[in-house]
Amino acid sequence: MTDSPQAANGPTEVTEGTAEAFLNPTGSLRHAPGPYFGEYGGRWMPESLIAALDELTDTFEKAKADPEFTAQVAELNRTYAGRPSLLTEAKRFSEHAGGVRIFLKREDLNHTGSHKINNVLGQALLAKRMGKTRVIAETGAGQHGVASATAAALMGLECVVYMGAEDCRRQALNVARMELLGATVVPVTNGSQTLKDAINDALRDWVANVDTTHYLLGTAAGAHPFPSMVRYFHEVIGEEAREQMLAETGRLPDAVCACIGGGSNAIGMFHGFLDDPEVALYGFEAGGDGVETGRHAATITLGRPGVLHGARSYLMQDDDGQTIESHSISAGLDYPGVGPEHAYLADIGRVSYEPITDAEAMDAFKLLCRSEGIIPAIETAHALAGAIKVGQRLAAEGGDPSEKIVLINLSGRGDKDVATAAEFFDLLPDNSAESEIGKDGEQL
Amino acid sequence: MNTQTTSKSAAAIDRARDAGRAALIGYLPAGFPDVQTTIDAAVAMAENGMDLIEIGIPYSDPVMDGAVIQEATVQALQNGFTVEKVFDIVKGITERTDAAVLVMTYWNPVMQLGVREFARRLHEAGGAGLITPDLIPDEAAEWLAASEEFGLDRVFLVAPSTSDERMERTVAASRGFVYAVSIMGVTGARTAVSSAARAVVDAAHGAGAERACVGLGVSSADQVREIAAYADGVIVGTALVAALRDGGVPALAELTKDLSSGTGKS
Repeated sequence: MTDSPQAANGPTEVTEGTAEAFLNPTGSLRHAPGPYFGEYGGRWMPESLIAALDELTDTFEKAKADPEFTAQVAELNRTYAGRPSLLTEAKRFSEHAGGVRIFLKREDLNHTGSHKINNVLGQALLAKRMGKTRVIAETGAGQHGVASATAAALMGLECVVYMGAEDCRRQALNVARMELLGATVVPVTNGSQTLKDAINDALRDWVANVDTTHYLLGTAAGAHPFPSMVRYFHEVIGEEAREQMLAETGRLPDAVCACIGGGSNAIGMFHGFLDDPEVALYGFEAGGDGVETGRHAATITLGRPGVLHGARSYLMQDDDGQTIESHSISAGLDYPGVGPEHAYLADIGRVSYEPITDAEAMDAFKLLCRSEGIIPAIETAHALAGAIKVGQRLAAEGGDPSEKIVLINLSGRGDKDVATAAEFFDLLPDNSAESEIGKDGEQL
Repeated sequence: MNTQTTSKSAAAIDRARDAGRAALIGYLPAGFPDVQTTIDAAVAMAENGMDLIEIGIPYSDPVMDGAVIQEATVQALQNGFTVEKVFDIVKGITERTDAAVLVMTYWNPVMQLGVREFARRLHEAGGAGLITPDLIPDEAAEWLAASEEFGLDRVFLVAPSTSDERMERTVAASRGFVYAVSIMGVTGARTAVSSAARAVVDAAHGAGAERACVGLGVSSADQVREIAAYADGVIVGTALVAALRDGGVPALAELTKDLSSGTGKS
């Protein structure tokens, strides 16, 4: 056998003692550097892109250690994104969650309306450091596309966003938002014309234009260094939340809940609590019509390991390894893969992953609107629905439920989802223009 | 590079070299438009001057492929292609020709069947080895072991962006030949072959590769001639797929004959 020193360290060598083998030397689960998270992660990518991944890894590692860079990120977070984001206690919502205390980490109040801004600002700064003049991004519903277009406008970078043709039609106003911000939106007509195909086309663009272009990937998935790098830029969520919880309640929460598509908001939040074994961590996947129907995006719950878009992780696939299309009412969770660090955290049991159906999510969506005056993103509503279950379980353990605390990452606001929700709850008059649009799933 | 004479790809390339020319390598997607046509088309290529045949496994997310090949592979999947049919195709071709038959595949289908099981069945079908566009040697421990066990060729890609260090490592991990990507981009016919191709081949040879073959963007006999002057083999894909799509096996045979006229190292 031809020996390659790298190959000998490959994931296939991993057998027993996986968890221990990939911990940091300190035994901490925090700051996992990649490329591997247990047997997941890696760089399953064309050789043509390896040099770019190496350059990005090198630039990122140097930037992390450079006080000028970390100060730039902190300054942008404070003066542009609107950080630190608030912590809000949801007192009326908690009545529906067994009476446990519920706290919301308000990423919905960030500029552009979700956690996505944390990552795009950091990566756009890295793009500038590498001397790139152009960024490309994929988007499903358009949230990451809008965030990328925003960061590109702020920093004077050309921006091209790949978006499934069907999504472009349904999300015409988000396409307009991106174009207002100066980005070019390319409708993707290949394959299933969904988010995964938008990623495929972004990768094809990157191969051809890698000298000038940075691929601003929107979630904590893909080839190394993306999973650990995207997490790094979102770690601020968990760090702030941990401090805020200690300040407000004097202790850590019993449970932390987040929704999972690719998993970027969740990994940023969880990171603050990974080394606190007394804090239970829950990731809620999109159960779509129900996991028994096959129409869902519950990748960890029902997928099995495979490689897609550069990483080994859980994947929705058929027996042949062909990717299966996912389904969710939430475009942001409608992805057949998941970040590799989540796959690892699932395997070692540190985080519990559970599916939430469209109907459960929409119930929780309405509940938060009416009990707290906050319209959440439908993605986030999956975390809310999960938190209701977790709260009820905690309450069922006995004792005073008001002494139990659940923290939810309120990852985004629901302005973009108003038409979907209005259609779902049948709030539109039959002959209204909005009703006509809503039938096609248009976002207002 | 491993130079065991049991490498079917190396033997095919060396036969061409002994005849004073570069080897011609042709790609077709498995099951496009159906299994029998793939076999007949590959045999027609072999009878008209193709030294090595590359059979691609249709995959849902082919990030290294341009529009023509994507459309063909989508059609193959719609027509009911499943991965295990690739072994029938390889067997069908090797039974009827002397051409070396490689399978080109994205990695997930191999991983799902099981790397060793895939290698065992490919060997059993008479296949030469695998070309792996999204598998780099860094991630290939299991494939390195399985390919050794079954005497299969490991064709990794090298690109204009490949560093010297990676070139050495990739050449060392390869068996049969290394696939020199001519340009930074995806598959598809282009009017000119980038000057980068020659630099990649030179770097591969410099790193110890005995056989380096150029692919991506090659579609005409003139381009084949230009590349044959410095490379050990020339790989054509999209142009062949388009010929098969538009004119069936006769058009494919004609294009193959035309391309093979450019392989001389005069």
